[in-house]
Amino acid sequence: MAKKKTIRTIPQERTPMREQNAQARAKNFEEVACGYNLEEALRESERCLMCPDQPCVSGCPVSINIPGFIQKINEKNLRGAYDILTDTNLLPSICGRVCPQENQCEGVCTVGESLEAVAIGRMERFVGDTAIKEGWVNIPYIEPNRFRVGIVGSGPAGMACAADMAKAGCDVTVYEAFHQAGGVLKYGIPDFRLPNEVIDAEINNLKKLGVKFECNTLVGRLFTIEQMIDEMGFHAVFIGVGAGYPTMLNIPGDSSNGVLSANELLTRCNLMRARDFPNFDTPLPIGKRVAVVGAGNTAMDATRVSLRLGAEKVYCVYRRSRTEAPARAEEVHHAEQEGVEFHWLTAPVAVLDDGKGNVRGMRCVRMELGEPDDSGRRRPVPVAGSEFDFETDLIVYAIGTNANPIMGQTSKLKLNKWGYIGADDNLATSVAGVFAGGDIVTGAATVIQAMGAGRKAARSMKAYLGIRDPGLPYISAEGAGTLFGIDARERNFARVRIA
Amino acid sequence: MKANAMSNFEIVTREDFSDVTYLLEVRHPLMAKAAKPGQFVIVMLNEHGERIPLTIADFDRKKGTITLVIQAVGKTTRQMQAECKVGTKLYGMVGPMGIPTHIAKAKKVVCVGGGLGVAPVFPQARGYKEAGAYVIGVLGFRNKDLVFWEDKFRAVCDELILCTNDGSVGMKGFVTDGIKVALAGHNDIDEVVAIGPPVMMKACADATRAAKIKTMVSVNPIMVDGTGMCGGCRVKVGDQVKFACVDGPDFDGHLVDFDDLMVRLSRYTKVEKEAHERWSESCRMTKQVGAAALDALARGHVQQAELLELPDPLDDAPGG
Ligand SMILES: Cc1cc2nc3c(=O)[nH]c(=O)nc-3n(C[C@H](O)[C@H](O)[C@H](O)COP(=O)(O)OP(=O)(O)OC[C@H]3O[C@@H](n4cnc5c(N)ncnc54)[C@H](O)[C@@H]3O)c2cc1C
Ligand SMILES: Cc1cc2nc3c(=O)[nH]c(=O)nc-3n(C[C@H](O)[C@H](O)[C@H](O)COP(=O)(O)OP(=O)(O)OC[C@H]3O[C@@H](n4cnc5c(N)ncnc54)[C@H](O)[C@@H]3O)c2cc1C
Ligand code: SF4
Ligand code: FES
Repeated sequence: MAKKKTIRTIPQERTPMREQNAQARAKNFEEVACGYNLEEALRESERCLMCPDQPCVSGCPVSINIPGFIQKINEKNLRGAYDILTDTNLLPSICGRVCPQENQCEGVCTVGESLEAVAIGRMERFVGDTAIKEGWVNIPYIEPNRFRVGIVGSGPAGMACAADMAKAGCDVTVYEAFHQAGGVLKYGIPDFRLPNEVIDAEINNLKKLGVKFECNTLVGRLFTIEQMIDEMGFHAVFIGVGAGYPTMLNIPGDSSNGVLSANELLTRCNLMRARDFPNFDTPLPIGKRVAVVGAGNTAMDATRVSLRLGAEKVYCVYRRSRTEAPARAEEVHHAEQEGVEFHWLTAPVAVLDDGKGNVRGMRCVRMELGEPDDSGRRRPVPVAGSEFDFETDLIVYAIGTNANPIMGQTSKLKLNKWGYIGADDNLATSVAGVFAGGDIVTGAATVIQAMGAGRKAARSMKAYLGIRDPGLPYISAEGAGTLFGIDARERNFARVRIA
Repeated sequence: MKANAMSNFEIVTREDFSDVTYLLEVRHPLMAKAAKPGQFVIVMLNEHGERIPLTIADFDRKKGTITLVIQAVGKTTRQMQAECKVGTKLYGMVGPMGIPTHIAKAKKVVCVGGGLGVAPVFPQARGYKEAGAYVIGVLGFRNKDLVFWEDKFRAVCDELILCTNDGSVGMKGFVTDGIKVALAGHNDIDEVVAIGPPVMMKACADATRAAKIKTMVSVNPIMVDGTGMCGGCRVKVGDQVKFACVDGPDFDGHLVDFDDLMVRLSRYTKVEKEAHERWSESCRMTKQVGAAALDALARGHVQQAELLELPDPLDDAPGG
């Protein structure tokens, strides 16, 4: 190995990522961040110190071997980097784009203590995109077993669980209520942040593993979870239906025309392609001014979609301050660049209508930060007498979601007190053979957490079915070499317990 | 039950009741098994289409089909009227959605259907009949020519009151007049079920309020997903906000805020009209060009290839 790198010898500046110009991109749906090329990725890989204690790995919800894959990039062995990434993360080009890295791996990176952290997410995306371009898939040696697994919901949780069970040799079917698979990745996160081609590429990889997709299928109503086990011949079922059910503010005027949830706005625009109206049939009139309430990723997406749909002025109203905003830092930054006007420490108190039921404006009150609350964030309290009105044509609520009620309505699954599906540490539910994970168990979280949950549930499912979790014993320290003539990369072969 | 017996949404029967009302029977064996009165489906005609909610007007578990009765009111429903022939397929149909009607142990019920609500109230009437209730049907049509399914209703109703605006058949008047007749004839009615346009359901709820007869209505707000994910279908019921697709679509008619519902239904009127005009325009142009081209061909003036170059009326569509 070359001379040991130190914080002084590495490139001091984080390699910037090329972006579409802010004025131009605020009018189109092309991807904002263009991604690294090989040179940029190589340069950034130089910045990693290969810390022996690997803080970044413990910062990652699925413990990706981060220095390992960066090392491979550094050796220009992109296929090797891809193999290491996909050992733990099935969707690198998606996670590289949408993970809140600043709170995870990059937040604890050693380099970040004195310089800007290593751009782990951008390198991950680079490797994932290269794999899509090159058509790489790690299709392991799969020995089919007799088990049939049903997956409900095709979001990241369902996709991850489906992949692992297919690799273990099971016959896997994914059921999705919408006419297209992908969950929030498809209907929520807009193209300029996560292009559909990327999602479709990942879904195609699943199909290559033998996973079957059945869209237009509302599980619970078309058939129940119990029927899947009792009548349809599934040996195990995973539920990853997401949270979904949007919260409304419950302030006067909420039901006026022109008040809608971010989910409705985004679904109309992304999945139903209202942005191509009238070429596509679903309408989405947006008006001149749009006010978005909230400051999470969903809110940022809503503001930026509104700009692209032609709104002249887009406000973002949030009752806490910028530091508390739950969105990825990059998204807030991008929204700001594109001209979204932020009103921090401002809370809506009423929707004003024009007397005919249409939104005319919004009444807000200024807030100040008081004592910390349960979440450790300082609680915002209204400033007396600070009400003010402003004009807007559309009001979008992006203030969180609740559990979707359909599973609870149609099955005997135990729910927790907030209506989410109750699951133990192994993600097993109260019904034998039925597992659940992702937003429907934890409440709205992140893509990587949902994916991690899908994989965890897959492990429990394999244990439940008596499929020996393949793996570690067969892999040598370097992660290379063959055993009994089987490539170590193909270590996912399954042995079925002789029942 | 076979898991992968998913449907390809083929249309097996089509029947036209009038210029604006038509019936489609779609093959979907799994859904036919699961469907219950009061539930609905969401249909997409093609890849570019809107997701539109339609009530399951009937289901045949043996044949494995779902019946929809549709009124052509706008772009999608008119396009379906033009394009859905026997043997063609829908792009998608998902369901059954919504909480099934609670067929209570009522002894005597009135099932009211008006306009696009006539067909949807049928499975409920049949459900009550099968549960052993005495069923009084009240159906409203504009005139004699628009009447359909009279025999189907007669088969499940103990009494049937037909109302037409002009009195060309049955009694002259609205369904609310029909309800009055039913109430006058029976003083032991347990429940009224009313389905139709919001104005009609509102009037029905008002008609039974004084007598405090439980009145269930099936609301029809604008929907997108139908799975509780967008909140577009929210309605005010008493002092609560409910999502019609997962909490309904049946609610207590005495509590539903119909004025709010009607205002919300007008939300997209302007753009809907635009979409429809564009579509009609494009149909007309296709026809004209088609005729002109055939004409030209007959005279041997044009090459075959040119025929394919119909102008695309959506070419200059302003994106978003
Ligand atoms: C607008 C938006 C932006 C976001 N941005 C980010 C981000 O930048 N970074 C990040 O990490 N996270 C982000 N998130 C959060 C992240 O997307 C979610 O935490 C994650 O997608 C949850 O995955 P899931 O698999 O649990 O559920 P989902 O992705 O919600 O998928 C559930 C799927 O199940 C289907 N379904 C529901 N009910 C049924 C049923 N009865 N039968 C069949 N199918 C059903 C749904 O249609 C859906 O397709 C964002 C969320 C939103 C809404
Ligand atoms: C639960 C439910 C069940 C329904 N069942 C039936 C049915 O069995 N048969 C039937 O013919 N129609 C039914 N509808 C109404 C049907 O969905 C609408 O007529 C259809 O969406 C109109 O689409 P369009 O593109 O043809 O018209 P558009 O051009 O979109 O609209 C034309 C007119 O219809 C109104 N409209 C638009 N969307 C809806 C809607 N979702 N509900 C009611 N009115 C709407 C608009 O206000 C407008 O004035 C039902 C609606 C719901 C919510
Ligand atoms: S913490 Fe940062 S520098 Fe250290 S190994 Fe991880 S990515 Fe490299
Ligand atoms: S239609 Fe979207 S929540 Fe009911």
